[in-house]
Amino acid sequence: MKKILLVIQREYLTRVRKRSFIVMTILGPILMASAFVVPMYLATLTDEEKKVIEVLDETGWFYNAFSDTGEFEFKYTVSALETAKFELMASDEFALLYIPRREMTVPSSAVLYSLRQPGVDLKGYIRNVMSKEVESQKLRINLDEMDLSPEDRERAMQLPELIKTSITLSTMKMDESGQEEETFTEVLMAIAFVSGMIIYMFIFIFGAQVLRGVMEEKTSRIIEVMVSSVRPFQLMMGKIIGIAMVGLTQFLLWIVLTFAIVSIFQIAFADQMPGPDVRMAVTQSTDISNQAAVAGNAQVAKVFEIVDSINYSVILISFLFFFLGGYLLYAALFAAIGSAVDSETDTQQFMMPVTIPLFLGFIIANVAVYNPDGQLAFWFSMIPFTSPIVMMARIPFGVPIEQIWISGILLILGFIFTTWLAARIYRVGILMYGKKVSYGELWKWITYKS
Amino acid sequence: MAIFLTENVTKRYSGHTALDRVSIEVPEQCIFGLLGPNGAGKTSLIRIINRITGPDEGQLYFKGEKLQQKHIYNIGYLPEERGLYRKMKVGEHALYLARLKGLSKKDATVKLKEWFERFEIGGWWNKKVEELSKGMQQKVQFIVTVLHEPELLIFDEPFSGFDPINVELVKDEILKLRDKGATIIFSTHNMASVEELCDHIALIDRSKKILDGKMKDIRNQYRSNTYSIAYDHFDGLLSSFLDERFEIVDEREDEDRRYASVRITDGHVSKELLEKLVPKINIHAYNEILPTMNDIFISVVKDNEGK
Repeated sequence: MKKILLVIQREYLTRVRKRSFIVMTILGPILMASAFVVPMYLATLTDEEKKVIEVLDETGWFYNAFSDTGEFEFKYTVSALETAKFELMASDEFALLYIPRREMTVPSSAVLYSLRQPGVDLKGYIRNVMSKEVESQKLRINLDEMDLSPEDRERAMQLPELIKTSITLSTMKMDESGQEEETFTEVLMAIAFVSGMIIYMFIFIFGAQVLRGVMEEKTSRIIEVMVSSVRPFQLMMGKIIGIAMVGLTQFLLWIVLTFAIVSIFQIAFADQMPGPDVRMAVTQSTDISNQAAVAGNAQVAKVFEIVDSINYSVILISFLFFFLGGYLLYAALFAAIGSAVDSETDTQQFMMPVTIPLFLGFIIANVAVYNPDGQLAFWFSMIPFTSPIVMMARIPFGVPIEQIWISGILLILGFIFTTWLAARIYRVGILMYGKKVSYGELWKWITYKS
Repeated sequence: MAIFLTENVTKRYSGHTALDRVSIEVPEQCIFGLLGPNGAGKTSLIRIINRITGPDEGQLYFKGEKLQQKHIYNIGYLPEERGLYRKMKVGEHALYLARLKGLSKKDATVKLKEWFERFEIGGWWNKKVEELSKGMQQKVQFIVTVLHEPELLIFDEPFSGFDPINVELVKDEILKLRDKGATIIFSTHNMASVEELCDHIALIDRSKKILDGKMKDIRNQYRSNTYSIAYDHFDGLLSSFLDERFEIVDEREDEDRRYASVRITDGHVSKELLEKLVPKINIHAYNEILPTMNDIFISVVKDNEGK
């Protein structure tokens, strides 16, 4: 056990100290952050002219609540929703904010229709104004019911925390023909696609590192020196785990650095944005979907369901799990290939059976993003060789928890199997030189008794 | 007492037998030469001794106990084909290998610094392995093999890649290790170094052990009772006065002298040859030709092939 730790330590330290690791760690977040920051920056630069936002407030709670800012001008309309939408398309106004009326409950949701993608600053501003307004209204209603002295009432008004309301603002992008698209589905698809993609890339990148590491040890005959003090299995697992930790480190550093860069830019631009408290906050879901259902507005409710179904902790935990499981499953196979060959060119014949399922997983994930509950997506998210990628592409849309468990258990069994298989090939392969190995030969190695 | 012995060790790979009932006995505190032509099975045996692979049949004993994983700490192995991680720093690498052998970081550092000074590579501690010459890498490998002071050391071609000065340095260290109590299994194709270093040898050919014992005994056993003579030119031939008790194996000459190798047939002694020679020729040198390990190796292996 002590030895495997030493091996892990070496594999880890030599890699994270490499210049290429440091460069990638810095470059990655800059690229990712620029995906967020550049649009934000551009939003502050462009659009000198004011954007007009039509407000259709069925609740009547927000009359004159939206005041014009440097960038946005709010107009109130009393047309019906369909008419207002039609008018929006005909005019050169920027967006229509629709606050549906609800029975028996306070307004907590709104839909923003626009022809162009609204920026986060606008959404943040609307959300901010609405929640402030709702909070003070709620407070007033509650206070009216009590018989308070004016002083007490004044003090009570200082306690908005008591009735904190979060507003769900969904956006509907409309095209010229009046087709509407729920932009939240796009968000889900993006999360699904990106997480599947990252797993696919990480398995390839770090699997290749395992392959090269094993080959380096074999071709330079380090292995000869090593095997007299470490068991081949310890050496193989040490390398696989060490490199997994390198991958996790890189991933975590990327997240932290991306977050840091984005926050820095946000603070820098905060004063140029409307409203005192604009955040890029991802909507926190409450019991809004229920309220929306009560409201009886089917379309709006559907959007809320989607938002509500994003369970970010499930996504994060599953991402880490499927990333590690998928990596471990494939890394063992990459280690076996590295041990069986003498040179890079010989790897080709063995790479095929490993890269094909991996690539297949990637392709199916692309399909699964459009049809996450289809038969194809389901079965390939169960098979261990494709499940890490395909399951990650399904999870953001919401997958029954028992399916995630089954897929997870199958993946664990899968990597135990590939590790067992790889260990049997590895222990023979690393000490075998100058022989072009065939599949028949590999089978013999696997079936050798130890 | 034998520190290490193998009993009828057999190893089969698909299609061929690498070792066929090989039994060797390595006495304590000696240098044991493990010899044999390429592909004879030496490396297979060494790997089994190191528990890198297991035998199909047969037993191995270390100090009277069946060989187990715990004994591995008492064995140091310098393989013939050896490499180091090129991108690692020399000191860090040596430390890594030493710690894998069970030394603590502190102990290993102290000992390594000592050895690095002795081998005159102290200044290379923070250099990368790829900057070292082959000979220097070999020194590092030698050091980490012996650092944890194992009782049994296995050196496979330890001198390859060294210049003559460093060969002497390593040779001295090997002798010192033996004198301090270590037992050494030494595998090489360099028969001169076998003669110089080994106390015992075993010769493996085509998966079988075909010869073993004390080197002195083996060389005596292969004596052919042949003498070399250097003498002044004279008119006539040796064969004209040597009778059937003597067989002239070889004759040659240069400007100053003539030389001959004469084998004395069984049952006769050197004295008889001298009595024949002294009256006739002016002898400059006369000595017995002892078989070199090289000769023994070749003749034994050739004999075995004939079988």
